[in-house]
Amino acid sequence: MVHGEVWTIKELFVYPNEYIYWTIQIVMYPFMTGLVAGAFVLSSLYHVFGIKQLKDIARFSLVFSFALLPVAMIPLQLHLQHPERGIEVMLTPHFTSAIAAFGIAFSTYGMIVASELWFVYRKHFVETALALKMKRSKSLAERGQYLLFSALTLGAWDISTHALEKDERGVKIMATVGIPVACLLHGYAGFIFGSVKANALWTTPLMPFIFICSAVVSGIALCVLCYIVTMEIRKLIAGWKRKNDPSLPSPAELRTVEMHEVTMTARYLVVALLAALGLELLDLLFRDYAKFSSWEIVRSIIYGKDFVNIFVIQYGLGNLVPLTLFLLPRLTVRRAVLGTLLVLMGVFMMRWNLVIGGQAFSASFAGYMHYDLPVIPHDVESFKEGLLGALLVGVLPFIFFWGLNKIFPVFKCEE
Amino acid sequence: MNRRDFLKNSITVIAGLAVPLSALELVNPRSLLAGKGDGPALRWAFLVDTQACVGCGFCVKACKTESEIPNEINITRTWVERYVVTRDGKTFVDSPRGGGDGFTTDHIDLNEHGRQEITAEKIEKAFFVPKLCNHCDNPACVQVCPVGATYQTPDGVVLVDRKHCIGCAYCIMACPYGVRSFHPVYKTAEKCTFCYHRITRGMKTACVDACPFGARKIGNLRDPDDPVTKTIMSGRVGILKEQYGTKPQVYYLALSREVK
Repeated sequence: MVHGEVWTIKELFVYPNEYIYWTIQIVMYPFMTGLVAGAFVLSSLYHVFGIKQLKDIARFSLVFSFALLPVAMIPLQLHLQHPERGIEVMLTPHFTSAIAAFGIAFSTYGMIVASELWFVYRKHFVETALALKMKRSKSLAERGQYLLFSALTLGAWDISTHALEKDERGVKIMATVGIPVACLLHGYAGFIFGSVKANALWTTPLMPFIFICSAVVSGIALCVLCYIVTMEIRKLIAGWKRKNDPSLPSPAELRTVEMHEVTMTARYLVVALLAALGLELLDLLFRDYAKFSSWEIVRSIIYGKDFVNIFVIQYGLGNLVPLTLFLLPRLTVRRAVLGTLLVLMGVFMMRWNLVIGGQAFSASFAGYMHYDLPVIPHDVESFKEGLLGALLVGVLPFIFFWGLNKIFPVFKCEE
Repeated sequence: MNRRDFLKNSITVIAGLAVPLSALELVNPRSLLAGKGDGPALRWAFLVDTQACVGCGFCVKACKTESEIPNEINITRTWVERYVVTRDGKTFVDSPRGGGDGFTTDHIDLNEHGRQEITAEKIEKAFFVPKLCNHCDNPACVQVCPVGATYQTPDGVVLVDRKHCIGCAYCIMACPYGVRSFHPVYKTAEKCTFCYHRITRGMKTACVDACPFGARKIGNLRDPDDPVTKTIMSGRVGILKEQYGTKPQVYYLALSREVK
C-alpha cells in the first residue's frame, strides 16, 4: 500500500495519486505551535505592558511555553517520511519554500524564551547553588543538583539589587522582542497553508492573522486551565500543610488570588477569541461573496460534509458557548474550566477543519476524500499518523513541564 | 519648515533616491543569456492529442514498467481519464487504476459510490485525456520544497533527488494537477520525469513509445523545426489549469472544457 491509502476513502472522481497526505500530525503542529506562541504572548502581557494582575500566571505561562516548544517540532518529525533527514531543513534550507524558514523562526524563538527564562530565574539558580554549596555533606543527587544549578548560572553569581535590576531589564527586552517573534513563528505556520495556491480552502492572505489570533486564544486557554488545575492542587496541599505551619497561605487566600488571575486573563481571551472569530467569518463571507471557480466544491465541504465539524463543534461549541460563559457576570472556576476546555477544542477543530477539510476535496473539484483516523495502530505509520501518535504529542508538554518545574519552580518564588 | 516645503523636499529626495536604487536591480544571468538569444538549446515539452487517445492504457502500463512501480500499487506517474458527458449535461469522470487496464466497460467508477452504468444512448460525448506531470515553467512544487530536493533542470524537466527528499509532502500539496505521490519503497516524492534517463540519450519517453495511436509526443520547444513545436506554435492547443500561473508545458490538442 502506498502512503495515505490506509486512511483515505475516495468518493466520485479523485486523481489517482491523491490521498490524505497531511494527517492528524499536521493538525497537531499548528495546534502546538499556537499554544507555544499564545502562552508566550500571555506571559509578555505582564513583562512588557506591566499588567501586574498577571504576575502569577506570567511566570507559569513562560515556563509552559518553553515546555511546549520542543513538542511543536515533534509532529513534523513524526509526519516526515524520512525523519532522519528532517535536520536538512536547517542545514540546506531552500529559501523559496515557506517551510525553510522554520529552522530560523523556531531557533530564534527558542533562544529568546530560553534567555528570558534565564533572566527570570537567575536569582533562583544562584540561591539554590549557594545553599547547596553551604551544605557540608551532600548526597549524590544534591551534588548533581549543585553542578546543574552552578552551570545554569553561567558564571553570573552577582545577585545584588543592581544586578537584579539589570536582570529585570533583560526580561523586559526579551519579552518585547519575543512578541513579534512568537507572532512570526505562528503567523508563518499560517503562511505555510495560506500560500498553497493549489488548495482552494487554504489559499488566503488572512491565514497568518487567523493563525495568530487563534494561537493567542488557545495559548491563553491552556495556561488558564493548567493554572487552575495546579492552583486547585496547591489549595489541597496548602490545607493539609497548614495544620503544621499556619504561616502558609490559606486555601481561601489562594482562591482569591486564583479567581483574580483567571478573571483578568479571561478578558484577554475574549478579545483574542473575538478577533479570531471575526477574521474567520470575514474569510468565509469573502469566499461566499466572491464565488471563485472553486467555491462550488468548497461550499459543499463547508456547508455540507463538514457542517457539523465547522458550525456546530468549532463555531458553536468551541467559540460561541465559551464566549457566553466568559462574558456572563461572576465568573466561577468551574465555568472557566469548562470555557477553556471548549476553547481548546474549538481551536483544535479549527486546525482539523483546515488541514483535513482542505484535503477533503480533490484538486479535480469533482470528488471527495475522507480521512479515516487510524485508532488502533497496526504498523508504525498508522501509529504515528493516528490517534495514538496525536495523543503522544498532546501528553508530552505536560511531562516536559513537570521536569522543567524542577529547575524553574513556577510557584515557589513568589511564596 | 512648513508642510508645503516638507512635501516638496520629500518628493525631491524620493525621486533622487529612485535613480541610484534602480541601478541595484539584480540581474539574473540566465535571463541575460536568454536575451542574447543563446540560452539553453533545449526545452522539453509534451503534446497530447486527446482525439487520438482511445484509452487503451498502454502508456500507463509502459510507464509503470519503466519506473519500476508494480501494477497493483495505486499510484502512477501518468494516467488516462475517461470523460462521459450525458445528454442531460452531467459530466462523469473516472480513471480506475489510472486507466492502466483500459476502459472495457461502460460502468463509471465512482469510488465509494460504486459503479454507475451509462448506456450509449444517454451519452452526448465521451473522450479520453491522458495526464502526466506538466513540467511547469513556474513549478509550484520546486518553489515549496524546503530542502531543494525537487528541482528544475536547465532543459525544463522537474526532477526529485531521492537522496535528499525528506518526505514532507509539501510539493504534493502545492501541485494543482495531482501528479505527485510517495514512492512506496523509497518513501520520497514520486513523479513523472519525462523519462529523463531516456530523452537525454536521444530516446522517446516510455509512454510515447507505447502509444499505438500517436496521441503522445515529446519535443524540443527551442527547435522551430521540431514537429511538436510546430504544432504547439501553429495549432490550437490548450493547457491545464492556467489560472494557477504555473505555466505548464504539456499541451493538449482538442482540449474540452469539461477536463478537470
